[in-house]
Amino acid sequence: MYGVVIAMIPALAASVWFFGIGALVVTLTSVLACVLFEHLIQRFILKKPTTITDGSAIVTGILLAFNLPTNIPLALIIIGAAVAIGMGKMSFGGLGQNPFNPALVGRVFLLISYPVQMTSWPKPIDSRFSYLDAETGATPLSIMKEGLITGKPFSEVLAEVPSYLELFLGVMGGSAGEIAGVALVIGLIYMLVKKIITWHIPVAVVGSVLVFTGILHLADSDAYASPMFHMLTGGLLLGAIFMATDYSSSPMATGGMILYGVGIGVITVLIRVWGAYPEGISFAILIMNAFVPLIDKYMKPKHFGEKVAAKKA
Amino acid sequence: MLKTFSLGGVHPAENKLSAAKATEILPVPAEVVIPISQHIGAPGTPVVKKGDEVKVGQVIAQSSGFVSANIHSPVSGKVFKIDDILDASGYKRQAIIIKTEGDEWMADIDRSDSIRKGITLSAEEIVKRIGEAGIVGLGGATFPAHVKLSPPPGKTCEVLIINGVECEPYLTSDHRLMLEKGEEMLVGVSLLMKALSVDRAIIGIENNKKDAIEHIRRLVSGYNGISVQPLKVQYPQGGEKQLIDACIGRQVPSGKLPIEVGAVVHNVGTAYAVYEAVQKSKPLIERIVTVTGLSVKNPGNFLVRIGTPISALIEAAGGLPEDTGKVIAGGPMMGKALASLDVPVTKGTSGVLIVPEKIAGRGKTEYCIRCSKCVSACPMGLSPYLLMTLAEKEIHDRAEEEKIMDCIECGSCSFTCPSNRPLLDYIRLGKGKVGQIMRSRIK
Repeated sequence: MYGVVIAMIPALAASVWFFGIGALVVTLTSVLACVLFEHLIQRFILKKPTTITDGSAIVTGILLAFNLPTNIPLALIIIGAAVAIGMGKMSFGGLGQNPFNPALVGRVFLLISYPVQMTSWPKPIDSRFSYLDAETGATPLSIMKEGLITGKPFSEVLAEVPSYLELFLGVMGGSAGEIAGVALVIGLIYMLVKKIITWHIPVAVVGSVLVFTGILHLADSDAYASPMFHMLTGGLLLGAIFMATDYSSSPMATGGMILYGVGIGVITVLIRVWGAYPEGISFAILIMNAFVPLIDKYMKPKHFGEKVAAKKA
Repeated sequence: MLKTFSLGGVHPAENKLSAAKATEILPVPAEVVIPISQHIGAPGTPVVKKGDEVKVGQVIAQSSGFVSANIHSPVSGKVFKIDDILDASGYKRQAIIIKTEGDEWMADIDRSDSIRKGITLSAEEIVKRIGEAGIVGLGGATFPAHVKLSPPPGKTCEVLIINGVECEPYLTSDHRLMLEKGEEMLVGVSLLMKALSVDRAIIGIENNKKDAIEHIRRLVSGYNGISVQPLKVQYPQGGEKQLIDACIGRQVPSGKLPIEVGAVVHNVGTAYAVYEAVQKSKPLIERIVTVTGLSVKNPGNFLVRIGTPISALIEAAGGLPEDTGKVIAGGPMMGKALASLDVPVTKGTSGVLIVPEKIAGRGKTEYCIRCSKCVSACPMGLSPYLLMTLAEKEIHDRAEEEKIMDCIECGSCSFTCPSNRPLLDYIRLGKGKVGQIMRSRIK
């Protein structure tokens, strides 16, 4: 688990670079709250030895913070941590038992309960030295959604969103950890090299989003944003690399991982393009989490010996 | 890109400490203990009794079925008693104990070092000799060799695959054999080819034994139809099904034997034993054993008579180190920890591994975090995490459906588990139960 923490350091650094104090406050609060709740529940409700040293509560804490705006009040972070750890993880028995990604359970709970606080995004760089009173702006995805709903010409909408390079580097409004694509990709490479995860889930999620939005974009480039835009905005990379790959809520066999990843990608695009929310990856991951037991039942690894004698030496 | 098998596998630290140590011949022990069950199949039936005089190479227990093997006296002397002793498996098994007197061999055994290349016997005669000589698979599986040379009716062998992989970390006995007895081994391969009437044999050797690959490559030019296949280092490549997949790209179907895809596999040690049996009339009475371990003073390879106590081998390697945690018969991945050092070397003992205390234990078992590392490591494409749960909860019908019987017990799952879960231990338990159920169904 500490390998995952190391893999998140570049994204954390990017977050602090763009959002300054807010990123630090939110991340620290979230991690401390998650670790504390896990300790308290394990010790006093489940009456078992504490498990906080396994590092998984730290991972959940950082991931929850990555999914929050950096100007969110402390009380909400603590509520989110309580839901993530209490409802998302410990109520199922703790590490390895949770069917849903705990950090996302926390985030979606907050998103539905406190929609205003959860969708006011500090502007990057400008708001480095402020926390609650940060100057806010929209995310590229919400600019896109708003623009298309109000019927602005597509070219005008495009002029309002940052360039691809800015998007990749993270110069945009958004949750603490999702903005800097480059930092997330560095984390992915680290996890692949260290064999913490395999490539299947991230590639399936991002690949299916690229293909799906690519088809839409080709069909009508004045109504649908480019695949590149979809890949670099919102929480897609964060979700594909760090959230969908959560061990206990993702499938065991590689075939299942790909199916699960494609499901996440498709649902994300459906929500982004036709749904009420500008961003849908959190919901997409949680929905596909629910299918994991079914996927594991039917998508078994390829048994040795199924490829029979056909090939001659 | 070097060939290897297609599913799973792991790469543990190789630690081939004794690879450069030439084989030493150990003196004949004062007493040997010969279990009558040293092979897969029916135990041998003792044909000597207390007080009988025996010579080296004399049959002392006869094969008692189709899948069984003769056992010969490795020493000359007097049968001291026939009694139950503790063997390497930890069970009490019947054994013949012989007190050594001198070193008198059966008259027909050719003890010279000269290499006899000419093959004069017919295929049937070769198989018969191999059966009489009590040769079993020396890679560790100890399956009687002559049985594998008699394909069931309707099945034909197209290619003989010789296992020189030695994928277990630490072990080097096959490596040394290929370097020191390469020519004899190749004559053995030719004999096996004749017995199976195939014209092609492939010797699979992992790439961490470059000297052996080169040496055997040089020698095979003098033999028709034998080739060397270097393989990428990947455990458990020495598994029969994995080796066939690696060498010729065919996968033996679930529950079937290698002959199904036209292959028969024998170990390099077995090929050498076949040479000795057929060309020199020498039955299987000795073998090379690697004695090794990180704290062992003098890790090495020793040619010993069957029945020599493990303790004598450890003495030869410089004695038991002070920090010893456990002693394993075989390699670190598939070997079994010994309960006593008095147990004898048997036909299947390829190594003795002495593990220091600090790495001998297992880590604390944690919950399964569903990381799926065991699934990617399994060379048979099974789901070890699931099989463990099914075995633990005794859901045997589901375990059978999940092909628990395909497990080759290589231990890659337990090796790779970050939560130190005893995956293989439970799967073995489940296999035993499911096997029992399946057998009772046939009756």
